[in-house]
Amino acid sequence: MKLIDKMVQLKINDISINVERGTTVLDAAEKIGVHIPTLCHLNLEDFGVVNKSASCRVCVVEDENTGRLIPSCAQEVYDGMKIQTDSLKAVMGRRTNLELLLSNHPNDCLTCVKNLDCELQSLAYELNIKEIHYQGEKMKHPVDITSFGITKDTNKCIMCRRCVTMCNDIQTVGVLGALKRGFDSVVATAFHLDLNQTSCTYCGQCVSVCPTGALAETNDSPKVWRALNNPNKHVIVQVAPAVRAAIGEEFGYEPGEILTGKVVSGLRRLGFHQVFDTNFAADLTIIEEATELVDRIQNKKTLPMLTSCCPAWVQFIEHQFPELLDVPSSCKSPHEMLGVLAKTYYAQVNNLDPKDIVMVSIMPCTAKKAEAARGELNKDGLSDVDHVITTRELARMFKEASIDFTKLPNDEFDNLLGESTGAAAIFGTTGGVIEAATRTAYEMITGKELKEVDFKQLRGIEGIREAKVNIGDLELNIGIAHGLGNARKLLQDIRDGKSHFHAIEIMACPGGCIGGGGQPYHHGHTDILLKRQQALYDLDASMPRRKSHENEMLIKLYDDFLGKPGGHLAHDLLHTTYSAKERI
Amino acid sequence: MRNRILDTSTLDKELLKQLDAFIDSLEGDKQEHLIHVLHKAQDLFSYLPQNLQLYIARKLDLSGARVNGVVTFYSYFNEKPVGKYIISVCMGTACFVKGADKVLERVLELTGTSKNEMSSDGLFTVKDVRCIGACGLAPVMTVNDKVYGKVKPKDVDDIIRHYRSIQYESK
Amino acid sequence: MRVNNYNDLKEWKKVCPRKADYKINVLVCNGTSCLSSDSEMLAKILEKEMLNRDLNGEIRIVKTGCFGFCGQGPIIKIEPDDVTYVQVKVEDIAEIVESHLVNRIVVSRLLYKEPNQTNVVEQSSGMNFYKKQMRIALRNCGEIDPENIEDYIVNNGYFALAKVLQEYTPDEVIKIVKESGLRGRGGGGFNTGLKWELTRKVPGREKYIVCNADEGDPGAFMDRSILEGDPHSVLEAMMIAGYAIGASQGLIYIRAEYGVATNRLYRAIKDAKEAGLIGKNIFGTDFSFDINIKLGAGAFVCGEETALIRSMEGFRGEPNKKPPFPSVQGFRGKPTSVNNVETFANVPAIILNGSKWFSSIGTEKSKGTKVFALAGQIRNNGLVEVPMGTTFREIIYDIGGGHPQGKEIKAIQIGGPSGGVITKDFFDTKIDYESLLGMGAMMGSGGMIIMDEDNDMVKIAKFYLEFTQDESCGKCTPCRIGTKRMYEILENLVNMKGKPEDLDRLRILGENIKNTSLCGLGQTAPNPVLSTMKYFMEEYEAYAYRTKRTTYSIDPKLCIGCTKCARNCPVSCIEGKVKEPHYIDETKCIACGACYEACPVHAIIKP
Repeated sequence: MKLIDKMVQLKINDISINVERGTTVLDAAEKIGVHIPTLCHLNLEDFGVVNKSASCRVCVVEDENTGRLIPSCAQEVYDGMKIQTDSLKAVMGRRTNLELLLSNHPNDCLTCVKNLDCELQSLAYELNIKEIHYQGEKMKHPVDITSFGITKDTNKCIMCRRCVTMCNDIQTVGVLGALKRGFDSVVATAFHLDLNQTSCTYCGQCVSVCPTGALAETNDSPKVWRALNNPNKHVIVQVAPAVRAAIGEEFGYEPGEILTGKVVSGLRRLGFHQVFDTNFAADLTIIEEATELVDRIQNKKTLPMLTSCCPAWVQFIEHQFPELLDVPSSCKSPHEMLGVLAKTYYAQVNNLDPKDIVMVSIMPCTAKKAEAARGELNKDGLSDVDHVITTRELARMFKEASIDFTKLPNDEFDNLLGESTGAAAIFGTTGGVIEAATRTAYEMITGKELKEVDFKQLRGIEGIREAKVNIGDLELNIGIAHGLGNARKLLQDIRDGKSHFHAIEIMACPGGCIGGGGQPYHHGHTDILLKRQQALYDLDASMPRRKSHENEMLIKLYDDFLGKPGGHLAHDLLHTTYSAKERI
Repeated sequence: MRNRILDTSTLDKELLKQLDAFIDSLEGDKQEHLIHVLHKAQDLFSYLPQNLQLYIARKLDLSGARVNGVVTFYSYFNEKPVGKYIISVCMGTACFVKGADKVLERVLELTGTSKNEMSSDGLFTVKDVRCIGACGLAPVMTVNDKVYGKVKPKDVDDIIRHYRSIQYESK
Repeated sequence: MRVNNYNDLKEWKKVCPRKADYKINVLVCNGTSCLSSDSEMLAKILEKEMLNRDLNGEIRIVKTGCFGFCGQGPIIKIEPDDVTYVQVKVEDIAEIVESHLVNRIVVSRLLYKEPNQTNVVEQSSGMNFYKKQMRIALRNCGEIDPENIEDYIVNNGYFALAKVLQEYTPDEVIKIVKESGLRGRGGGGFNTGLKWELTRKVPGREKYIVCNADEGDPGAFMDRSILEGDPHSVLEAMMIAGYAIGASQGLIYIRAEYGVATNRLYRAIKDAKEAGLIGKNIFGTDFSFDINIKLGAGAFVCGEETALIRSMEGFRGEPNKKPPFPSVQGFRGKPTSVNNVETFANVPAIILNGSKWFSSIGTEKSKGTKVFALAGQIRNNGLVEVPMGTTFREIIYDIGGGHPQGKEIKAIQIGGPSGGVITKDFFDTKIDYESLLGMGAMMGSGGMIIMDEDNDMVKIAKFYLEFTQDESCGKCTPCRIGTKRMYEILENLVNMKGKPEDLDRLRILGENIKNTSLCGLGQTAPNPVLSTMKYFMEEYEAYAYRTKRTTYSIDPKLCIGCTKCARNCPVSCIEGKVKEPHYIDETKCIACGACYEACPVHAIIKP
């Protein structure tokens, strides 16, 4: 196609511009600073997430050559195109379509979970909607509150299909889809089943892209308030690695600002008795996982070994590949490990009755809520973790308590389960867990000190990555996948006996936990995720200790309580089992 | 989690075997044949209950939502049981302007059911359908494959009586 | 018979049975419409009679496709006498056999009686219904046995394909079709040759020809009739198109409701395969082609080509935005040309007779003929094929015979739910693609619903909107919610709950749906409302300002006091003495229309 010029010349609002052929009108307009409102459009290009539905018809602009309204998000430019984004026809078309959406919406914004964080609401403001001229029947569906992770209020659905794209194309879970047709059409599960009747992984990627309150995390903050207000309870909280890199966005900070100290002091203000760091347990996970990996390699057991920190990923393999349940590591995820230690080790040291301890996890994740409710994850009938709230919920709790987050001092985590290394810090990004494990496995296997701890070949944002790491005589083949669709590809290889990896890290969310379903909304901006990722690597680099096995509190924990890594007590407390589930 | 709707024991084994054979005989990308498979399944089972839809989903390696999404998109597929006789009253324009709504009303009255529901005796399911292309005979209704043209509301009585009586005689 | 080359086909044609081999051919219509009136039984009885009387050698019973005269079915035509019998019943057969077939005396009581004429026309070709028609797409419908490939071959079937493969390059085929001026008969009217050319130009070896047989416009059934009456012509045309664009696979997407047509297609494909006319190395050339059938499952939107392709791939039939057009990215992502049945049916005739012949028929920009389906308040319901440029008046009055009771025809709805209404001011307009668009309607597939003064245009518009909003796929906002809101406004109006400002809302909403919907279905969905608002605003205003009468009344000047209305009224709201004018208590009237039906002198005034 050499004969065709790669560049196209067009005019937008009478401004001439040259762009590459294949550019959409929307992208061309953005280049010259012309804003076009959008709603269903979503393009996280670095993560391969593109919602192509072009269905909301809010981004229409007028093509002067034809006089027709075209969807700017999907229409590609052509030579000599003349676009008016603000013609009366375009503005009226946009407004009418938005009014139509609002005419089929509950409009209960004041109490909606997405109040002031809703793209539909912002658009109504932006387009100056003061009256909804069209009234009529609204959809009426029961709100699904059955699952631990996600609340689905179909009545707020605007059929943008972002969640369908996420659930099907990116995650390949396929729980959500469009049902029925016409006015009755709706995004739902098969037969409108409750989410907990399906093979939903609760990864929350649907939540993270939903422009309205149709899909949201299940709000667990009331449970936490209740615990905090109960004088008989000793309430402990822990904070996941990715939370500290994102929570600032809820309070006006730039993405990627690490605010650990403020989170810790804020949690104390809220009334938590102990503030622990999930990063401590991340280091612990590495010890257990690296031990397991070394054992599997040296004793020629099942390989590859897959990481198991991500509960959505665990759900995924249980539902989709029930025949492969021997490949994931048996390690519990870090916050569960910390939970069980709080109710055993910490309780023992402080002479507390485990029954009186309430363990709360602050997580970037909706799947952790469902994970905490798993029957396997308890000790003597007590759940390892009692409540999980997401980064967003924590931010709301701070606001609810009138805590000015920006003015909070920087505090340190509590002792006993509070120290961490740089290896733990990068748990929150794709590639981080396996890098941390490699640092420890290297020294475990070779007995030599690892000088260069940065394994750059394991970093990046491509969906599937692989790298070879030389550990002594052993060439370790490492695979990394984030996004469950990418994970599926690696799993299919394993199932078909084509996998050459020793170890694979899998995270369900694109980007890893930094892009978790419970994080502040990125509203379609990829750069936010990249900044969070960079922040975690910077944090790692700034830490005095960067290998999990150098964590001193951890060494003490093994010496005083657990015994040997992978030993009997460790196995009892820190490892778990999986069970095959149906696919719906 | 063992889900009630995954239980296929309520489905006729012999028919399932036929469905399996049909699916196995399909060439190329089987998922592309989903609509074809659903047609076959409905021919065999007369309707597509949830467990059958999920059975097909697993056979074709598709998600349940995908299969259910297709089933609920096309009006030809029934998710609920249907009567022995499916009465379709054409609601195409030609039939409408010739009073098909009154015919439908009478059919519903006589069968004692509502649209798309099976009558309590299991004999009839009444549907209003899109133009069946027999406009020259408007208004038109069909009972299974039999077409009745130029139907007046009072003709409906005879037609329904006819099918009731066949049923009676066969007993 | 197996055709390995052109000569084989010529030889085969020579030995195919022809009508002239028989003294008499009895053509019995076996289209869906006539089948529903037991025409299959008529054929069976006739065959048995022939056997009993040992007339098999002289008389052939041919089960044909549709004659088009559906409102008068079942139809039997006797050739070469050119006599058409209408509304034939089982008990009439004996008389036809005895009188006509044996004694050669026409059974005049079964002939069609032209309105307002005392004498009956004995020759079919003299019937007004057929006189002005010109049958190209329907050339074999009602003439041949669609289940007999030899009947097709004897009428030059597969000779167009042979000619194409022997004499033309693909580019030449495209040139011929382009120059003929043939345009898509299913909707927008895109030049067929140009569509093929665009598909041919896209690089790639895997391409598809798709026949769109998802005829969904209420009131249109020409595609079904062609598939039932002449399935081979569509298969032949698909192969010609396949050769032209460089495809080796064809798919027919057909409505699941079209059982008879589907079975005949399966039969035709099987016969053509056995004859070597579909398959590898057709006519001994390098050209190979296979045809498969894909069943629809009841979704009007699947008539839209991108939705149709989605459906063929096993998905919900939701349209995609265009571009990319199917000619670039169609079935399985490969270049695909989607053409409708009637379009295809024209192709073999164009190849055999040349592009000049075809382009000499019709108007400047619309060439050839168009099949229209006449329905509604018209005497001769059925299918008619006329040259482009024929006027509405000729179709309705000359061919269609006008209103069955001689009432005035108020409007014609053309183009189904995507089209609009034409009022009597335009009855003398020559019909073609452009003139219809100019009137706010569109050709669509060519369904014509005739309406008289008793039809309430607001209710008609509401009826269409109920249809489109029910058939909307639900993907884009304006169509999913907009059509629903329009329908609700109309419902309010009709239930006398409307307001004058509703009329503005309706118009603005209609324009918006037209301007911003994703696919053709949505973009045309408001047409019935917008066009009725344009021509019959007073009917909308009567509802909006609530001046519309909602009950029946009696014209005292016409009432003869026969009491029939009072006796038929289910709520006993009609009073009056015998032989004196009656009156209706409007507070009790439920507008059921029973009195209207009962009145022998048309004295009842409709609301």
